[in-house]
Amino acid sequence: MSNDIFVITEHMDGKFSDVSFEMVGKAKELAAALGGQAVAVVLGGGVDVNGFASDSTIQVDDPALAQFNPEACGKVIEALAREKSPRLVLFGWTATGMDLAAWLSARLGQPCVAYVKGVSLDGGGLTVSSQVYGGKMVAEVAPQGDMAILAVLAGSFPVEAGQGSTAASQIASPVPLDGLKVKFVEAIKPAAGDVDITAQAKLVSIGRGIGGKENVELAEELAQALGGTVSASRPVVDAGWLPRTRQVGKSGLKVKPKLYLMLGISGAPEHLEGMKSAELIIAINTDKKAPIFNVAHYGATADLFEVAEAMLELL
Amino acid sequence: MNIIVAIKHIPSIADDLPVNGSNLDFDSVDFVLNEFDEQSIEQAVLVKEASGGTVTVVGVDLIGELDNVLHLALAKGADKAVKITADDPGADSHQQAGWLAEAIRDMSPDIVFTGVQASNDLDGQIGPMLAARLDLPYIGGVSSVDVVDGAATVNKEFAGGVGAKYAVSLPVVVGVQAASKPPRYAPISKVRQIAQTAAIGKVAPSGDGAGAGLAFKKMAPPVAAGHAKMFTGSPKEVAAQIVELLKGRGLA
Ligand SMILES: Cc1cc2nc3c(=O)[nH]c(=O)nc-3n(C[C@H](O)[C@H](O)[C@H](O)COP(=O)(O)OP(=O)(O)OC[C@H]3O[C@@H](n4cnc5c(N)ncnc54)[C@H](O)[C@@H]3O)c2cc1C
Repeated sequence: MSNDIFVITEHMDGKFSDVSFEMVGKAKELAAALGGQAVAVVLGGGVDVNGFASDSTIQVDDPALAQFNPEACGKVIEALAREKSPRLVLFGWTATGMDLAAWLSARLGQPCVAYVKGVSLDGGGLTVSSQVYGGKMVAEVAPQGDMAILAVLAGSFPVEAGQGSTAASQIASPVPLDGLKVKFVEAIKPAAGDVDITAQAKLVSIGRGIGGKENVELAEELAQALGGTVSASRPVVDAGWLPRTRQVGKSGLKVKPKLYLMLGISGAPEHLEGMKSAELIIAINTDKKAPIFNVAHYGATADLFEVAEAMLELL
Repeated sequence: MNIIVAIKHIPSIADDLPVNGSNLDFDSVDFVLNEFDEQSIEQAVLVKEASGGTVTVVGVDLIGELDNVLHLALAKGADKAVKITADDPGADSHQQAGWLAEAIRDMSPDIVFTGVQASNDLDGQIGPMLAARLDLPYIGGVSSVDVVDGAATVNKEFAGGVGAKYAVSLPVVVGVQAASKPPRYAPISKVRQIAQTAAIGKVAPSGDGAGAGLAFKKMAPPVAAGHAKMFTGSPKEVAAQIVELLKGRGLA
């Protein structure tokens, strides 16, 4: 066992995601306290690998890693973890990390914590905080044993602490990557043609509380009266009430409007990822304990339909 | 084709979540089907309708109330339902994945669907853990699945409408983010009728029963860095205050 901390970084179209730097920064702090090294692990190429503040960076390049492939990545990471026995393996709780963290946990028989918001050391013991139940609760847990896998929510740690100029060393894949059952076919690009919600100054954003497609019109009227556009949480889009181009959040778009007026959105961490830096956030929700009230600047425990209709009369 | 859907019964986050010691008070919460499992059930039924086969829905019965969820799944087009009788409301994802893996291995699956995540996946999701235990590949964040000649084509989402298409040879475990069509509605009358006639398979939990290996220190609502300034009064009064705020800032 070592006290090293492995950070599984992620990149797309030649750019690392912010959470990769966030994790490297946190890993440096933890590794220094534990007397180990913060090791940034880069899978695949086509990206500048010398920009981390890690103690070392290793890049595994192989044609099978040219695009994200959960099976290939899993095999490489499992082999590295078995060989080097790090104290912690950090993933982003992202579209890619979510395929790997729990899988690795079950493969290695080591504990995993998902939805991680914080990691601290006291007297050598590790305490991990995790934002569960849609952001309504925070659990503090101590992973048992001498290795743990953590999947970190984007936005949990500062990006800058992970930025640096450590030169990476390249290694060949520690396992053969032929005969894979999962094969990348092609990239899917976003549909074009709808309004660009990232360019809007005012968004009236609707969540599942809107109740049905027939009610979307009310939000549209309100947006129009305010000179803005309607955006939405994911369930609204999954239900087919608005097109995918209107979705705000982790798997949608990141927006930073002057006004983000939220009608019937609970404030799940995946939604917050897309809008928490909006300049003015106002939330209307019937649940006074909805997590969105911890993030919004203004709020009201009220029925969205009644408030929206009353606002329309005043505008 | 043998299509399996592994589901998770989880505490409802619509209500208050009372705490007992350092974890939830599982005796005082309502349990509901994980919302992403609704999507995975729909995707499984869509695959059956397009390519043939049977859909078996299997879940761990934590509180003796899984039948309701299984009846709903049958009403939406699943063919068989199986519950693993654990009677342990606090069973974590690792334990549930272990029991599910044993039950599903015996079913010789061609494709296993799960929801991409659940809000109580503190120790990770059951989908990837099932795949690891069954030695099958896993792909999550999936928003469409087509099966032709023993191979699946799946779309995986990254963010902002960007995704990728993958070809996967079966068997595979798929974590569904959203079905390729919104989940269908099952009329209450149909669910009731199924509740009276359906036979639900029962399996005792088996396997190593290994848990997550996490010691709970605390469970509490987040300590908020701030709280919204709340407008009070009738909806009309709330609306008036919002409009005034917006006008004051040149936003209305
Ligand atoms: C990998 C991944 C990526 C994801 N990406 C995204 C993403 O990009 N964007 C996103 O939004 N979600 C995303 N999600 C989903 C996310 O986890 C939540 O499920 C989602 O944000 C919840 O949306 P919601 O707030 O509209 O619905 P809910 O959580 O169901 O909340 C509805 C709210 O409406 C309130 N309400 C009901 N009726 C009324 C009324 N009449 N008046 C006022 N309030 C009312 C309720 O009190 C409740 O708070 C993602 C999930 C995963 C797993």
